[in-house]
Amino acid sequence: MRIAIIDESATRASIIEDGLAQLPDSEIFILTERKGLVPRLEAIAPDVVLIDLGNPSRDVLEEYFAVSRALARPIAMFVDQADDEAIAASIDAGVSAYVVDGLSAHRIRPLLDLAIKRFNAFARLQADLAAAEGKLAERETIDRAKRILMDSKGLSEPEAYAELRRKAMSSSRRIAEIAEAVVTAHDLLGDGA
Amino acid sequence: MTEKLTVGFLPLADACLPILAHEHGFAEEEGLALNFQRDVSWATVLDRLLYGHTDAAHLVAPLAIAATLGRGRPAQPLAVPFVLGLNGNAITMSAALAGRIARSGKFEDPRELGAGLASEVAARKRAGSKLRFGVVHRYSSHNYMLRYWLAGCGVRPDEDVEIMTVSPPFVADAYASGEIDGACVGEPWNSLAVERGVARIVLATAQIWRRGVEKVLAVRSPVLEARRPAFEALIRAMRKAGKHFVDPENWDGNARILARPEYVGGDPALIRRAISDRLVLRQGGEPVHFPDFMFQHSEAANFPWVSQALWLYSQMIRWDRTPFATGEAAAAAAVFRPDVYRSAMQDTDDPLPGASSKVEGSVAQLTSVGTQQGVITLSPNTFFDGDSFDPEKLEEYLARLP
Repeated sequence: MRIAIIDESATRASIIEDGLAQLPDSEIFILTERKGLVPRLEAIAPDVVLIDLGNPSRDVLEEYFAVSRALARPIAMFVDQADDEAIAASIDAGVSAYVVDGLSAHRIRPLLDLAIKRFNAFARLQADLAAAEGKLAERETIDRAKRILMDSKGLSEPEAYAELRRKAMSSSRRIAEIAEAVVTAHDLLGDGA
Repeated sequence: MTEKLTVGFLPLADACLPILAHEHGFAEEEGLALNFQRDVSWATVLDRLLYGHTDAAHLVAPLAIAATLGRGRPAQPLAVPFVLGLNGNAITMSAALAGRIARSGKFEDPRELGAGLASEVAARKRAGSKLRFGVVHRYSSHNYMLRYWLAGCGVRPDEDVEIMTVSPPFVADAYASGEIDGACVGEPWNSLAVERGVARIVLATAQIWRRGVEKVLAVRSPVLEARRPAFEALIRAMRKAGKHFVDPENWDGNARILARPEYVGGDPALIRRAISDRLVLRQGGEPVHFPDFMFQHSEAANFPWVSQALWLYSQMIRWDRTPFATGEAAAAAAVFRPDVYRSAMQDTDDPLPGASSKVEGSVAQLTSVGTQQGVITLSPNTFFDGDSFDPEKLEEYLARLP
């Protein structure tokens, strides 16, 4: 089975490739470039095409498939109605699949399941990364707030932190929110330094 | 109780009504909380609608009909209770092509430009090459407007030129890399190509079919029935947004909202060009006023005329080269739902047409039309070739098309 993965994110494409490598008798092709997509795809002659939902080339691809119906190996959208559940799951995961007409469902299902798992895994990685970045930004804000309190009230660093913590507890908010408020107030009211 | 609706859209100026209904509180007034899902391909906008990620979608009108008829994928019935706008697209050409055939530097005359293009196409043919045009989707009014104009000027769209699909945000890139010689897309993407100096605007689609149907609000038919009050509330909210949108007082503010990255993105000055009907046709040029370049509100512009759906169907079978089928035509006609629009707007002071279908292209001067409530005066809705489309005589129409 010849599988083409179209994804402008090279990282995600390789995560999916890793997952699909366990499928027997499969050859995987990764296409990350928008330019020249159709000729490359024609040269690969895939049985299955996987493309992420956020890919701007999807309409171009569907146009090519529509035209390809006249060709020897027409590609249809993977929307065999019997498999509607699988399609719904793939759309939820953010991937769309197209298969050559006549490829049997029992060969497609495992492939699609793996692709979905890999897409979900990538989404989790992204979420973790975003959370980590958020934490980092919060830490910077807290450091700035501590500095402001230390300078304006002559506190030591542990005292400044204790102040932020006390205010957070008494107003049942997070320390990061209090820090944010201190920084904003300082920017608004401060000497502009 | 607040009803939540998620609306899918592509970053285009004509996604404005649901966005502004949300931003200006009109949706909230109607008891709705709107969320938005921005995507970059129509295929994904449609997938998300069909699989319930969204409740409604900003969609190219022919695609709503194609999905219902099962063209390219298994049939899924969609309903269009609201037209998001009329016209608003442009035809651009590469600086090289425009330099040879678009001499006036204004919006060209469609017949003269078409004649120039036909001789250019013939010359290319003798040299063994074809001009390439980009459109945003096979099932888009852009494709049908471009083809209608080409065919009317003696250029066969499938034989004499090449028409390819280009995602709107990448049209300027496609010009820059020499992939296309011309294109028909929505704003602000024509203006972006002009700004980058890679293309010139030569025609407005309003010059091909004035008041031609453009994007629609599409909903899955069963979902529309199940949540009818919520969608009727959305229709009312979008009518209010339209009134706000066309008021010159609000052009700057609305351009700034639409320019936010979560909506269309980009430069508010570029978005303002379409909103204000003042387009810059070539890099460094002065804005040219083209009245009603985009037409989102007046003259019951959002009313889903069944005749509009049938004109789109006539073009679908014309270019898909499939035979006319009575049942299919009826299914296509039934996608547009004037009954839902009427039910949403009755008891407001908004004018409502009395009929659900009209002869498209038949109004050559200001004409008052029969209404159920209020007064509506329709402006000319002519096709560039002077033909008209009577939905009752669809087969006759198909037979005389070039």
